[in-house]
Amino acid sequence: MKNDIILAGVGGQGILSIAAAIGLAAVNSNLYIKQSEVHGMSQRGGDVQSHLRISDKPIASDLIPAGKADMIISVEPMEGLRYLPFLAQTGWLVTNVTPFNNIPDYPNIDDILSKIKAVKNHIAIDADAIAKEAGSTKASNIVMLGAASLFLDIPFEKIEEGIRQLFGRKGDDVVQLNLKALRLGREFSEKNK
Amino acid sequence: MNNNKLLLLGDEAIAQGAIDGGLSGIYAYPGTPSTEIMEYVQASKQAAELNIHRQWSANEKTAMEAAIGMSYAGKRAMVCFKHVGLNVAADAFINASITGVNGGLIVVSADDPSMHSSQNEQDSRFYGKFSMIPILEPSNQQEAYDMAYFGFELSERLNVPVLMRITTRMAHSRAGVQRRESRPQNELRLPSDPRQFVLLPSIARKNYKKLLVSQTAMELESEKSAYNQMIEGTDKSLGIITTGIAYNYLIENFPDHKCPHPVLKICQYPIPRKQVTELYNSCSKLLILEEGYPLVEEMIKGFLNIGKTIHGRLDGTLPRDGELNPNIVAKALGLTVTEGEPVPEVVKNRPPSLCQGCGHRDVYEDLNEALKEYGTGRVFSDIGCYTLGALPPYNAINSCVDMGASITMAKGAADAGLVPAVAVIGDSTFTHSGMTGLLDAVVENSPITVIISDNSTTGMTGGQHSSATGRIVEICKGIGVHPDHIRVVTPLKKNHEENVKIIKEELAYNGVSVIIPQRECIQTFARRKKAEKKETNE
Repeated sequence: MKNDIILAGVGGQGILSIAAAIGLAAVNSNLYIKQSEVHGMSQRGGDVQSHLRISDKPIASDLIPAGKADMIISVEPMEGLRYLPFLAQTGWLVTNVTPFNNIPDYPNIDDILSKIKAVKNHIAIDADAIAKEAGSTKASNIVMLGAASLFLDIPFEKIEEGIRQLFGRKGDDVVQLNLKALRLGREFSEKNK
Repeated sequence: MNNNKLLLLGDEAIAQGAIDGGLSGIYAYPGTPSTEIMEYVQASKQAAELNIHRQWSANEKTAMEAAIGMSYAGKRAMVCFKHVGLNVAADAFINASITGVNGGLIVVSADDPSMHSSQNEQDSRFYGKFSMIPILEPSNQQEAYDMAYFGFELSERLNVPVLMRITTRMAHSRAGVQRRESRPQNELRLPSDPRQFVLLPSIARKNYKKLLVSQTAMELESEKSAYNQMIEGTDKSLGIITTGIAYNYLIENFPDHKCPHPVLKICQYPIPRKQVTELYNSCSKLLILEEGYPLVEEMIKGFLNIGKTIHGRLDGTLPRDGELNPNIVAKALGLTVTEGEPVPEVVKNRPPSLCQGCGHRDVYEDLNEALKEYGTGRVFSDIGCYTLGALPPYNAINSCVDMGASITMAKGAADAGLVPAVAVIGDSTFTHSGMTGLLDAVVENSPITVIISDNSTTGMTGGQHSSATGRIVEICKGIGVHPDHIRVVTPLKKNHEENVKIIKEELAYNGVSVIIPQRECIQTFARRKKAEKKETNE
């Protein structure tokens, strides 16, 4: 198996937490992993991406070739579209629909949503609203992870375990909130795939 | 895959490898993509227990020199910075190959092809070649760990520093790493030759001859190095040479990672001449894949120029600039690349910007207004978060060249007659290399206004310790700026009018003025508050 995932968003939106949770789940499942991320100047409110590769065989490149990504997980609607050249024909675009608007010429949201709907396999989810339902809008990235988990070749229990590991130090309340966010995200994908 | 493996960034793998390899001290100045090496050692419990020196230095040159001093005392030292940091450290770095080492010395320079976070994409391997020392260039995180671990031995065996060259992708990508048993630190031990580190011309000449003689030994090390591998292939119409992570991009393109052509994978330099010659003789033509400048390509064209075609960055088979990726390599091999859908036109650029609530924003609002009567084109900037003031909505600065250049460029422009000329520099950058420029300006009483935008940290790289914190006013006084023209202000909306007035007064002054807007970085402030809250709860 292999899961090549592009994680997309804006600097500071927490895509690296998604990468870390999947990474832990992959390591706990005895899989190979390579994950490349962005630091420095680009992080300051600019667009950021992380390439996350998981496989049961050794992985060569830290970067995913164009047209080969199995999934784009985007915590912001416009950013998901930015990486479409990477998405395979059979790949999934899993994206939040709540915009992060820090630029003067942010496009009309309906134009963005129609482009998202034009992608054959897509999940468009209001992760912020669902995270609020789970207890905190801060968990919207974990809602996205839950929504994406349906298309990962990693058992859901391993991802739950990853969440427990990742948030364990912050106390049980935080763990439970994030587990709830994860499940709600997953349920959304099950209903809307 | 072994579960005991650590999941580490390339930078972190280097740090852990050095700790396990007997490191006694690490010296560094933060710079993307090298910053996480020092940060990892600072956060490491093991490093704390071993009492490894792990404080940031004022700049790359002081870091390099301290590392040479630690090596002089017999202990193993590592020094880390980004590629342009090696320019700052270059004087000491080049001479360290002439002094040689006592304790093992590894210099890590992190290059940034494609300029993800830099002003150029220079290739540090040229410095290694210039300095005539071995270079290690890992192709994956495990090699990064192993090279840091064994690099000290190589350095001690050859009596030279070893340069470790990584690129952004290697530094900032994470993978599983298997650790080795920790090796104890070296004992304190003075050099056996008491004059080894004295580079008086008569001694330097002898040392230099030794360095020249040891080139053969370095080449033999490369030829037998496990980091350099000849990988057989049946299709000899083409032979491929890769360096560092270019190998990964090559094999990504083939099922089961099996390239049909013979491949020489180089991760240790000098280039292993024996293997290169072997490949050249057995194949019809060569393709060179390397990250950065065409260093290997030029060298091989030089010493093997006997007719065969050599493809690479120089003949346009690969782009002359930017980092490599699997697709660029596929195109160079004539393989088909299947891209997904194009980026829809609705997608707009999203450049980096100053944080909401950042004090630099207020500084630029104040400065822009104060400068209205003089017009634009007078502000020389430095390198840091405030460089983002070059972008809309501020469009407030007119230069970004290197660390420390703002004050000296303003002085040069003032010398040319552009008065007033303004320099904007950060607190960390000021102690990095702004202080000496300020002294030049004071000596000549140059009509410049220097704004030291003090956020009490090294912001752009994520909030590291700044050597300037709490010292800027005293430093400026010590350098000789008149105390009446050292103005400390607080960059807040409510102080806008007052601050504009102060800047205008200093712009009108015919001499050196320093204005110090002081407000803590909003990021470090938030982190500090969070940590304090946690402490009171516990």
